[in-house]
Amino acid sequence: MQENCAVEMRNITKNFGPVAANSNVSLSIRRGEILSLLGENGSGKTTLMNMLAGIYYPDSGQIFVNGEEVRITSPKDAFDCGIGMIHQHFKLVSVLSAAENVVLGLDGPAVLDIKEVGRRIKEICERYSFSVSPEKKVYDMSVSEKQTLEIVKVLYRGADILILDEPTAVLTPQETEKLFDVLRAMKADGKAIVIITHKLHEVMELADRVAVLRRGEFAGEMMVRDTNPQEMTNMMVGRPISLNIERPDPVDPAERLVIKGLTVVDSEGITKLDNVTFTAMGGEILGIAGIAGSGQKELLEAVAGLQPVKSGSILYTPEDAPPSELVGKTPKQISNLGVSLAFVPEDRLGMGLVGGMGMTGNMLLRSWRRDKGVFIHAKEPSELAQRIKEELEVMTPSVRYPVRRLSGGNVQKVLVGREIASSPSVLMTAYAVRGLDINTSYTIYNLLTSQKMKGVAVIFVGEDLDVLLELCDRILVLYDGKVSGIVDARTADKEQIGLMMTRLSGKGGNADA
Amino acid sequence: MMGVINLVFNAILNGTPLMFGTMGESLTEKSGNLNLGVEGMMYMGGAFGLAGAFYYEKLTGGGSGILAVLIAIACSFLAGAIGALIYSFITITLRANQNVTGLALAIFGTGIGQFVGEYMRNVEGGYVAVSNELKNFFQASPFPRFLQDIPVVGKLIFGHNVFVYLGVILAVLMAFYINRTRYGLNLRATGESPATADAAGINVIKYKYLATVIGGGISAIGGMVYIMTIAGCVWNHEGLSGEGWLAVALVIFCLWRPLNTIWGSALFGALIIMYLRVHLPIPSEIYKILPYVVTVAVLVFTSLRKKKENQPPESLGLSYFREDR
Repeated sequence: MQENCAVEMRNITKNFGPVAANSNVSLSIRRGEILSLLGENGSGKTTLMNMLAGIYYPDSGQIFVNGEEVRITSPKDAFDCGIGMIHQHFKLVSVLSAAENVVLGLDGPAVLDIKEVGRRIKEICERYSFSVSPEKKVYDMSVSEKQTLEIVKVLYRGADILILDEPTAVLTPQETEKLFDVLRAMKADGKAIVIITHKLHEVMELADRVAVLRRGEFAGEMMVRDTNPQEMTNMMVGRPISLNIERPDPVDPAERLVIKGLTVVDSEGITKLDNVTFTAMGGEILGIAGIAGSGQKELLEAVAGLQPVKSGSILYTPEDAPPSELVGKTPKQISNLGVSLAFVPEDRLGMGLVGGMGMTGNMLLRSWRRDKGVFIHAKEPSELAQRIKEELEVMTPSVRYPVRRLSGGNVQKVLVGREIASSPSVLMTAYAVRGLDINTSYTIYNLLTSQKMKGVAVIFVGEDLDVLLELCDRILVLYDGKVSGIVDARTADKEQIGLMMTRLSGKGGNADA
Repeated sequence: MMGVINLVFNAILNGTPLMFGTMGESLTEKSGNLNLGVEGMMYMGGAFGLAGAFYYEKLTGGGSGILAVLIAIACSFLAGAIGALIYSFITITLRANQNVTGLALAIFGTGIGQFVGEYMRNVEGGYVAVSNELKNFFQASPFPRFLQDIPVVGKLIFGHNVFVYLGVILAVLMAFYINRTRYGLNLRATGESPATADAAGINVIKYKYLATVIGGGISAIGGMVYIMTIAGCVWNHEGLSGEGWLAVALVIFCLWRPLNTIWGSALFGALIIMYLRVHLPIPSEIYKILPYVVTVAVLVFTSLRKKKENQPPESLGLSYFREDR
């Protein structure tokens, strides 16, 4: 066993200011094995691996590669040790071609022979049977292509220890399956592979061994064949936790939003939504699935009045009022009617919250319009902030502490909490649990379910199909701006939805021309 | 016909200082540093370049013209490089705001340039100028007479001062460096996405420092070229009259590509001298804003097309810190 050991980390500690990201973590990585590194948000998985990749330098502790102690002070040192990391946010230059990205930073003759690089890329691709075209610019690539390119990049550098940080977060089930095949081929090739994830079913499917981090400390490790998701979750969270999303049946659903023939064309003339027709019911969670950029954002924004609509109608029927048409109304009018949008973009703070303000300030963003006179009234928002902090267990030193400095999960709780507090009758969320760990995700799911039970029409744009299938009542699948189909979440399965995400099923949408 | 030839000739003459200023700043910006201090660095280059040539002649009592040109280039390059080094230390190492630092350098450099120029003038009795023989080396064509006498093309191809040819050679070399070599690729990556470059094992700090310092030196040569050719090898109160700011605009106009600076600077040179050559019944101030109007038009045009290759380096103006969270 000892000969197999590729990397050995001993007693690694890393602090960011007063925050301990890793304390006293020891971990070994073996050849011919896939190790899964599991942990909640902020448990220090990425930090630990970044120290192997040379992005961070440990405050104390030792790292051994192939039995010899090494000092990894820069990414270059990491390559020299044969360590390559594929970061969660791809490290690619978008205006450069695939080949140029691969050869970046390498030593060699001053004048580049880009054709030769392309030839070697083809060789690597053939070996593990994937495809990358060397001349293609990165900005023309899909997410999955970019990820493949990242893998080629580290292989080109001769890495035999590969670290992947949440590689499946942005892939469709089919793409994930392809990635796993590649990883298995590399494992058979004798490479050491680490995959950081918080999706338990992926661990079960792919990994041989799992190591768990909890709040920066090593919580334990075990062979995957000897464990189960429940045990791993308990180890991650530190206490037993239920893994089932409660899904009560909708109570007398009523038509809340009736959308007919909605078409949205963006400023560059590209059709983002094409003839979208569906109904959202009060007392029901409608899931929206689709590959990133299939029109999810445009759909929510069109309903919220943020996106100009070319044609079609959005008919909104409040519980106790006559129906009204939302198309043509301003975002403010729409939000006054009780349609609320909690959009969580990739950078979380991009839309909806002001990073430099505290929780109170961000609550004020919603309430100041109701105030009379020139002065703002901070009392009510401050109480609301306090209530959200307590009810949703937001970890913040004070409601005045800038939200930018909170961890991602807490930022999302503030955002979703504020939208719920305005007691909407339509609540739209996009990527509400993006990047969140299991514990926090479940808090958000429960919040959405409790809104649904109050008769709110919840629209949930999600990425994780397993969650969509467990949480939602119906799922609408978007493909390239068109409705590929609407399925019942209680009977549909993942493969079916995965296929609908990549082509039109013919049901509910236009036939695939 | 003669009029057109003269206009083109003078456009190239007036564009040459801009060409150096623009090439230097393009190199700097390729590394992701927006150094707005070009005006300051060119001022320093002008004052120190003139000082170098003037004192060389004074000390040797005549001396070699070629050596004088080389000394002027070296002095101006060093002056600009030192200015850019201060900028680099403040923005790269101390990670201060690049815009503020660049503006400060513009004011600082202008002040130093004025001080050195005026001080020299006072010490040397009110007038600093090199001899006519030496002037020739800076201002006359390096090619033999018979080549320049070829009708039409002679003047346009062989009639310029030595800096025009040096500038074109430098532009070609720089384009080759940026587009064809490994180091140029690393430099582009640094300017586009320093985090990516860093993760790929590129020494981001080194590339930023080198590109900014060398770029600053090249920009400063432009200031020297202005003083030694257009301003007639004399220090005057007017100094550079905003050439550095035009260079910053020209970088955008040329889409950060060295080869474009060759014709771009000639075009801007033409716009600068238009009011002397083409008489329209409008105030000359309107003429003088033409280069800026053209830049704004190009900015609008390129951002409309949204072609990724025509956009500024993505991390332009941002400082980089590896452990930033």
